[in-house]
Amino acid sequence: MTALPTSIDAVETLLATQGYVASRALATVVFLSLKLGRPLFLEGEAGTGKTEIAKTLATALGRRLIRLQCYEGLDAASAVAEWNFAAQMIAIRTAEGATDRDALQTELFTEDYLIERPLLAAMRPQPGGAPVLLIDELDRTDEPFEAFLLEALSDFQVTIPELGTIKAPEPPIVILTSNRTREVHDALKRRCLYHWVDYPSFDRELDILHARAPEAQETLSREIVAFVQKLRREDLFKRPGVAETIDWAKCLLALDVIALSPEVISDTLGAILKYQDDIQKLQGSEAKRLLDEVKRELVPA
Amino acid sequence: MSPTYPALDIPEDGKLAHNIAHFARALRKAGLPVGPGRTLDAVRAVAAAGFDRREDFYFTLQAIFVSRPEERPLFAQVFRLFWRDPRYLDHMMSLMLPQVHGVQENRAAQAAEKRAAEALLDGQLPPAPKDQPEGEQIEIDATATMSAEERLKTLDFEQMSASEIADAKRMLAKLSLPVQPLKTRRSQASTLTARIDARRTLREAMRTGGELTTLKYKAPVTRWPNLVVLCDISGSMADYSRMVLHFVHAVANRKGQGWAKVHAFTFGTRLTNITRHLRARDVDAALKAAGQEAQDWSGGTRIGQSLHAFNRDWSRRVLGQGAVVLLITDGLDRDDTSLLAKETERLHLSCRRLIWLNPLLRWTGFAPRAAGIRAILPHVDSFRAGHSIASLEALGRAISDPSDHGERARLLALIRP
Repeated sequence: MTALPTSIDAVETLLATQGYVASRALATVVFLSLKLGRPLFLEGEAGTGKTEIAKTLATALGRRLIRLQCYEGLDAASAVAEWNFAAQMIAIRTAEGATDRDALQTELFTEDYLIERPLLAAMRPQPGGAPVLLIDELDRTDEPFEAFLLEALSDFQVTIPELGTIKAPEPPIVILTSNRTREVHDALKRRCLYHWVDYPSFDRELDILHARAPEAQETLSREIVAFVQKLRREDLFKRPGVAETIDWAKCLLALDVIALSPEVISDTLGAILKYQDDIQKLQGSEAKRLLDEVKRELVPA
Repeated sequence: MSPTYPALDIPEDGKLAHNIAHFARALRKAGLPVGPGRTLDAVRAVAAAGFDRREDFYFTLQAIFVSRPEERPLFAQVFRLFWRDPRYLDHMMSLMLPQVHGVQENRAAQAAEKRAAEALLDGQLPPAPKDQPEGEQIEIDATATMSAEERLKTLDFEQMSASEIADAKRMLAKLSLPVQPLKTRRSQASTLTARIDARRTLREAMRTGGELTTLKYKAPVTRWPNLVVLCDISGSMADYSRMVLHFVHAVANRKGQGWAKVHAFTFGTRLTNITRHLRARDVDAALKAAGQEAQDWSGGTRIGQSLHAFNRDWSRRVLGQGAVVLLITDGLDRDDTSLLAKETERLHLSCRRLIWLNPLLRWTGFAPRAAGIRAILPHVDSFRAGHSIASLEALGRAISDPSDHGERARLLALIRP
């Protein structure tokens, strides 16, 4: 088990060892969240590394990662725990004829018949210390589930009606992410540290690309990053995230591309743009114009 | 309490907590939702993070006080002003306040021509006869208001006088827009014998010592959809949009109406979100605030550009949960209509139902000749008139009916020979 980092700089280096290049602002909130034991609420465009931070933290700290993917209609049964009805039914059948009915009653609703789901698992002690609980894409679920989360996130405990309240001996490290397809309630936000994950600057994105696709040549990496950065300033329906930058670099590497050209760009555009309208806009001369601008700007560097 | 300067190099004399409290108050004044709980958190967080670097101090406070991306620039401004010189902030605020008042007064002075004309003619119009006996008067009054109400319902908003508008607004405030609930994937206890609720069945069985006597059932829970209103406030639409916004305000503020959330946007040359203003209880205050926010009232129209802005900045945030979109515009766009067609299609693909209200449809024999109308029409689910109270009432009846297409089919047939 790795000890928790003791300063913001330590967080930066810890994340960097796992190939995650964090901005100072992000490192600060991560440090605060670890130090104060508060959940961390990350909001931002898709593909800016929100989910990745949880995975990286778990690996770097040697903790177990427990992931709760949110979806519409997610309820307590699939988030906390469910009863194993089949086993309970069998227990009832085998006990039939037995005289000790009271024993059956106490036995049937014990942890033996409980199927753990992510939230309950996160409250249990894990090898390596308290786990990292990732509650992913919270905006996909509905308001009743948010309200349900309040108990879990402020007191680090969950309640199962038949069993009672189960409290975490050591609070888990909680990270919530949202793509902001709707506004999450203030009551939940208030219990968390908030951070808006932005698209990175040119230099930081280059660092990220070095860390994630180290096989790419320096000139190619610079071109890729400059082109994506330029693309984000264009009027697109969905601007490419960092994940797309990395994907695209890997695509280009697989195709043995050494330098960007308009043909290569239009062939691989599907790796960075995910909407037909956006792709159409970038086909042909528009890509060439952007590429020319990128090349002109990169020359003095 | 006298502020300490410079705030960043405070010695260990316990003033930092005070300063953070002052800072929190400054943020609250600037409009951020900051409660005392957050102030406490901030002091704790600063103690945990330390402040060797100004940057860290900034990010620490930001993590506590900011909970929406739009609040970041405001926070940055207040931070910059406050931690430089607290007096400077007070000074700036006192400078800005009178200006704000001035703007409000100027805008309130604007009035529509028709109402101005009526005000000038006041007193020259023949006064209502007053020589009837008392008892009769009441009777006549009652019948007169009934027929006036009937007449008012079908009267075009544009042809109303000031007093008729006042009456119409009162009627609009009573209108509702009923809607059918949506089924969700969540379930609740039910007596319908459709799906067995195993958990409740077993708990029930435990009461009788493990004997399964009755089965328990569950059924899907329903929820209410959201309504998104996109209202054209350009010059050609001004009379209608004012009335429609009255209607929208009534829908947004009526309890038990059915809609979970009502988001409202206005557009002329640019898109403005007026959802927040519509929450004001008083309709006049709400529309006044909305009018100040939307600077392009009674100006030109750029429907395509505005829809583009909506699709880019808002559609993912407000259309996610099965929202119904009400697009209120005459469709007269002078810009390139290929953009308009593309953006309407995108809007249609992102929402559950797109309903277009067009006041031009009041003319019998209306034909979709304008290029803008031809661009929008193929992409809407329903096309309806929206020029009178009666037409808005009809909308209320049709909105939850998925098979309702209004006049769409008839007009599409006119476009396609």
